[in-house]
Amino acid sequence: MVTLKINGKSYPVDAPSDMPLLWVLRDLLGMNGTKFGCGVALCGACTVHLDGIPRRSCVMPVSAAVGHAITTIEGIGATPIGKKVQQSWLDVEVVQCGYCQSGQIMAAAALLAKIPAPTDADIDQGMSGNICRCGTYPRIREAIKQAARKQTAAEREG
Amino acid sequence: MDLSRRQLLFVGAAAGGGFLVGWHRPSGPRILAAAAKATPAVFAPNAFIRVGRDGRITLIMNQVEMGQGTYTSMPMLLAEELEVGLDQVHLEQAPPDDKLYAVPMFGFQVTGASCSVRLLYEPLRRAGAAARSMLVAAAAQTWNVDPGSCRADKGVVTHTPTGRKLRYGALADKAATLPVPAQVALKDPRDFKLIGTPAKRLDTPAKVNGTAQFGIDVRLPGMKIATVAASPVVGGKLAFVDDSKAKAIPGVRQIVRLENAVAVVADHMWAAKQGLKALSLRWEDGPNGTIATADVVRGLAAAAETPGVVVRNDGDAPAVIAGASRKVESVYEAPFLAHAALEPVNCTVHVRPDRCEVWTGSQILPRVQAAAAKVTGLPLEKVVVHNFYLGGAFGRRLEVDYVPQAVRIGQQVQGPVKVIWTREEDIRHDVVRPYYYDRIAAAVDARGMPTAWTHRLVGPSIMARWAPPAFQNGVDPDAVDGAAQLLYDIPAIRVEYVRHEEPALNTGFWRGVGVTHNNFVIESFIDELAAAAKQDPVAYRRALLGKSARAKAVLDVAAREAGWGRPLPEGRGRGVSVLYSEWGSYLAAIAEASVSKAGEVRVHRVVCAVDCGTAVNPDTVKAQIEGGIIFGIGGALWGEVTLEKGRIQQSNFHDVRVLRINEAPVIDVHLVRNLEAPGGIGEPGTAVTAPAVANAVFAATGKRIRKLPLEKQLRPA
Repeated sequence: MVTLKINGKSYPVDAPSDMPLLWVLRDLLGMNGTKFGCGVALCGACTVHLDGIPRRSCVMPVSAAVGHAITTIEGIGATPIGKKVQQSWLDVEVVQCGYCQSGQIMAAAALLAKIPAPTDADIDQGMSGNICRCGTYPRIREAIKQAARKQTAAEREG
Repeated sequence: MDLSRRQLLFVGAAAGGGFLVGWHRPSGPRILAAAAKATPAVFAPNAFIRVGRDGRITLIMNQVEMGQGTYTSMPMLLAEELEVGLDQVHLEQAPPDDKLYAVPMFGFQVTGASCSVRLLYEPLRRAGAAARSMLVAAAAQTWNVDPGSCRADKGVVTHTPTGRKLRYGALADKAATLPVPAQVALKDPRDFKLIGTPAKRLDTPAKVNGTAQFGIDVRLPGMKIATVAASPVVGGKLAFVDDSKAKAIPGVRQIVRLENAVAVVADHMWAAKQGLKALSLRWEDGPNGTIATADVVRGLAAAAETPGVVVRNDGDAPAVIAGASRKVESVYEAPFLAHAALEPVNCTVHVRPDRCEVWTGSQILPRVQAAAAKVTGLPLEKVVVHNFYLGGAFGRRLEVDYVPQAVRIGQQVQGPVKVIWTREEDIRHDVVRPYYYDRIAAAVDARGMPTAWTHRLVGPSIMARWAPPAFQNGVDPDAVDGAAQLLYDIPAIRVEYVRHEEPALNTGFWRGVGVTHNNFVIESFIDELAAAAKQDPVAYRRALLGKSARAKAVLDVAAREAGWGRPLPEGRGRGVSVLYSEWGSYLAAIAEASVSKAGEVRVHRVVCAVDCGTAVNPDTVKAQIEGGIIFGIGGALWGEVTLEKGRIQQSNFHDVRVLRINEAPVIDVHLVRNLEAPGGIGEPGTAVTAPAVANAVFAATGKRIRKLPLEKQLRPA
C-alpha cells in the first residue's frame, strides 16, 4: 500500500510498484480524465504533472510518483495557469473530439509555468510530444498565446 | 436525392407529459403515419424533439459526436426554427433504431460521409418549424385569438397586441393534441438568428476539464478489464496457448480463448497487458499468411490491364487518345492507411442470459446492436447500446468488428468486462483504407489542352460489403466519387472502375473516403498536363473550369489569398488542387512546401478556399477544414500500412507517423459564403490536401510523385 498525493489530496493505493500511474489513476482511482493513447510515451494523451513537470503517466511506475505532487486534468483548473489555459481553449474553440485535449492542456499549462510568454519555437518544443489526430494544432498554438497574454496581463495588474 | 421534402412529420404526446415531433421517410414503417392520426399516447418516447411540461426542449440526436461538431450544429438547426435559444436545447443520444433515426439517402442510422448537416439541414428545421407553429396555435387557441397575431421567441409565445405570454412548457400538452400542419414555412435565410453564426460548441466545457465520457471511460460495478490479441493474419485461427505464466500475474483473473483471438481478463489494464505479454501463442495463419504488399500491388496492376465498368462516358475518349499525336499517360498508387484515432478501439459488455448491454463509441449504433444480438442469439430489444463521445473515428468506427469479439469475451466472463485494444492491436487490426491503383491518360491538343481523358481506377468495393444496395451495376459509388464528377471541361471523358478485392486485409472507409484517393490522382495528373503544356497550374485549371463558376471562384480566392505567382524563398514551391465530389462542397487548396536533401518534406503554409454553400456554424467549418488538412498532410507524407507474411508491419506512433504541432503549417481557411444547399465539410479538407502538397513538391523539386506516401519516394536511394 502506498499513498499518492493527487490534486492536493492523499489517496492510499494498493498497486504493484511497476504499475504505470496512468492505470492507477484510471482503473484503481476512477480518475478517467487522463487518457490512454499509445502506452509507450509517443502520443502525450496521458500527460500529468509531477511537481509541475509534465510526465507521461503511461510509462511512469507508480513507485516513482510516490512522494511527489501529482496534478491531473481534474485538478489543473485549480491552478491560475491551468484555469487560464482551459478558458483560452474554450475561447479559441480548440477542441474537436477532445480525446487528446487533457494531455494537451496539461502540456500547455506546464509550458506556460516554465515560459510565461512562449515563442512559436517554445510551443513546438513543449507541445510536439502531444498528438492530436483531429488536427487542432493551429488553435492550440493560438490558445497558448492567448493564455500567455492573459497571464502576463494578470501579472502586470498584480 | 432530395428525400427530405417527402418526409412526413409526426407528432404526439411524450411519455410523462409534453410534446414530441419527429419525421420519418415515406418508405419507413407505416405505423408512424397511422399513429399520427391515432391517439397521441401511442408514441414511444422516440422522436427528435421533446418539449416537456417544464419547458425543457430535448433534441434526441441521431448523429454522434466525434469531433465534427454535430452536437452543436444539429441543435442550431432545431433552435433556429423552433425559436428557442441554443442554450435551451438539451441533447440526448438516440438509441439504435433504423426505423426512427435513419438519415435520408442512407436509409439507416449512421454518422459519416460528411452528411450530418447536408442531410438533416431541412428535416431538422422542418421539425422545429412544425413544433413552433403548433405551439403558437396552442397559445392562440388558449387566448382565442388569430395565430397570426402571435409570435414566438426564446421559448415563449407572445400575443403581440396585448402582450400576453405563455411559455412552451405550458403549451406542450395542448400542442400535442393539435393536427400536424400540412405545410410549414421555413424561415427566409436572411432572418436566421443562429444559422451562419459562429456559435460556441456545446461539448467543449466537459472536454477541457476531463469530465467528458468516452467509451473507454465507462466504469461499472464489478467490471473487469480485458485486453486482446487476435490473429495477426486476417482469417487466421488461434492454434495454441500456454497461459501458465500469465495466470501467475497478480490481478489476472481469466484467460479467454476465442476461435481467432485470446483475451486476458484482469482487475486492471496493467495486469491485463502484462498477462497478454506473458502468453505463449501460436497461430494457424491460413491462406493469407504468405501475402506481402507487393503481392497485393501485383494483383491490382494485373486488374488494371482489364477493362472496368464504365462510370462516365462522354464522347469516345479511348479512340481520341489512341489516335492522338500528343498524349500523357501515368500510373498512380495510393497505399493502405491506418486510422489511428487517438482513443484505441474499446467496447464494454455485460452479457446475461436474457439481456446484453454494450457501452462504446460508434458511428453506427444499429450495427453494434445487431452484432451483439447475433452473437448472443438475443432479440434486438434485449440488447441495449450506450453510446459515448468518440475519441476520433475517421471512418474506423463505422465498423463493428470489435463488438462481436467483445461480446464473445463477455459471454465467458461473470459481470461486465471492458475490452481495450492496445495501440499495437488497434493498428494491426485496423480496417484499413484500401490500396488503390489507377491508370490515367489524356490526349492534348497543340496548345497542350486536354481533348480526351481516361481514368481507370482499381480497388476493392467497400460499399459492396458495407452497404450492398448502394453497389449497383458493378459500381461502387464511393470508390469513384470525385472521379466520376470531374469538373474539367474536356470533350471526351471515360471513367472506369475495376473492382479488385484485397482479402489479405479488411478494408474500410478512411477520412475523405474514395475522394481522397481520386483527388490525389486527378489533381496530380492535371498538374502533369499543365507542366507538359508549360502552363501555369492555376491558369491551366481555370481555363478548364468554364462550366463550373463555383469551382472557379474558390480557385480564384485561394490563388489570391496564397499570393499565387509571387516569389517564394529559395527551395519552396506552391502546389494547387481543386475538389468537387458528391459531398457538394467546392474547395481549392494551395500548399507551400520545401524538400530537404534527405527527402524530408516541410509544408509551410496551406491556403484553402471553401464554398460549402450555407455554413451552419462557420467556425466549425473552418476547424474541420484545418483539421482535415492536417490529417491529409500526415497521410500524404508518411501514411502507409505494409504487409509481410500477411501481417501489418506497423504498430504504434513510431512507425505510424502522424503530423505533430512542430510540423503543422500555417493554415488559412477562406469561406466563400452563399445560401446554396449545405455541402459536407468533415472530409473535403483531407481529400484536397495530398495533391496540393505533391504538386508543391513538384514545383519545388521538379519531381513528380505518383505513389504515396511522398517521403518514401523522395528519400535518396
